Amino acid sequence: MAAASEPEPEFPLPQVLTYPASTPPLLITQGAEGRLYKSVHVLSNRPCALKYRPSKAWRHPVLDARLTKARMSSEAKVLDRCRREGVPVPAVYAMDAVAGWMMLEWIDGVPVRAAINGWLGERPETEPTPDETVDPAPLAGLMRRIGAAIGGLHRVGVVHGDLTTSNMMLRPWADANTEGGGGGGGGGGHGDQSKLLDGDVVIIDFGLATQSSSDEDRAVDIYVLERAFASTHPRAEKFFDYVLEAYGESFKKAPSVLKKLADVRMRGRKRSMLG
Amino acid sequence: MQLETVRIQLTEADTHIALFRDVANVGALYGRLIAKNPEFEYAFIDASTIVSPLHLLSAIFRAYICYATGKLQTNNIHSEIVLSLSPNNNINESYRRWGPTPGKTKDMIVVKVVPDNVSEPRPTADGIRAHLAQHIDGRSVPFSDEEIRKSTDRSKVTKYYKLKCPTLDNLKDPAQREREEERLVIMGMALREL
Repeated sequence: MAAASEPEPEFPLPQVLTYPASTPPLLITQGAEGRLYKSVHVLSNRPCALKYRPSKAWRHPVLDARLTKARMSSEAKVLDRCRREGVPVPAVYAMDAVAGWMMLEWIDGVPVRAAINGWLGERPETEPTPDETVDPAPLAGLMRRIGAAIGGLHRVGVVHGDLTTSNMMLRPWADANTEGGGGGGGGGGHGDQSKLLDGDVVIIDFGLATQSSSDEDRAVDIYVLERAFASTHPRAEKFFDYVLEAYGESFKKAPSVLKKLADVRMRGRKRSMLG
Repeated sequence: MQLETVRIQLTEADTHIALFRDVANVGALYGRLIAKNPEFEYAFIDASTIVSPLHLLSAIFRAYICYATGKLQTNNIHSEIVLSLSPNNNINESYRRWGPTPGKTKDMIVVKVVPDNVSEPRPTADGIRAHLAQHIDGRSVPFSDEEIRKSTDRSKVTKYYKLKCPTLDNLKDPAQREREEERLVIMGMALREL
């Protein structure tokens, strides 16, 4: 038993991760519904994210198995749909819906949340928003890419259900010198810092996603992000308009979603029970 | 004769793979397969249905996990590899499409998975190589990206894995297109049970 000398893992691993690999599984995050590990798929140079929904001891076993399987498969189906429609999401490499795990393409980069905080973090707390001394273009550009990414998702009939800046990755551009900055990008000149917000926005974690094309569902999707954004990045709140602007241009029905969004803001996420 | 032996990540088994071109005795091999001849415990695969080594290795990984967790839907890990290549649960169809067909199959891939826990005498790479060299009447070539791609029948793969989709239509760069095709094929296999 090779494991005897190693410290016990914090949580029991899914069985698939107990088999030998060139790199041991690494626990990345633990969410309400499950855990995310970094591991490898088939080849040692092929990293993957393994999403595991352990069975819940408090649920009836038959119900538990059914729920786990249904949620895993709906998530996989949504990812399949996006991937075939040209919306950038992680590909599914392998899964066992009954055992509750799914291996996904590993997306390089950092969560958008961390990138924005890193970028804002350079400035003193007292400063409410970046002022004239800092070029706001990188943040505005990122916000536009976020709006376009959500538009892409909605265009193909998928509603994410839990949009936050933690559920979006900023995948570095393959060629760091192309796209983005528009050649020089003014006098920013902060070196690495000016590149902090470069990259493609890849939306992840479709655990709560549904297939829907209704203005209502789409508007609620954006509303959830708007609220999450305001509390996660209060200092960048005014930049959210760029998300809406880019979203509005991203597909034909987007303007009517934005109209609906105004209603949703008035009443909140839940629809009124009174007719 | 060339035999590749790999350790697939997250498996406890040696996986031996060989690729043969212009196999002349597909009919005889097929007969032994149908007769479930225990000496022929291999997965025989029509190479025209495979887009890359990673494609096949992903199917072997899936079959291994089914084997290791007691969820085989077919007789053994080798027939399970053939089923694992399919994007649906039709076992007969998977044998017809991904298995060898006398008169049609030209290039063939042979796979033997030897789990670490099999009892002695354990089949060795040398033993397998000798056995295949004796029984397969074809030209051995390396199981490599390059050689596999030469065998691939793209129209078949497109049909079997339903690859007509906007994502591929919009990818103009051939290398990018092939990479995305491979991903969609692997995704199709992964989503089989749904």
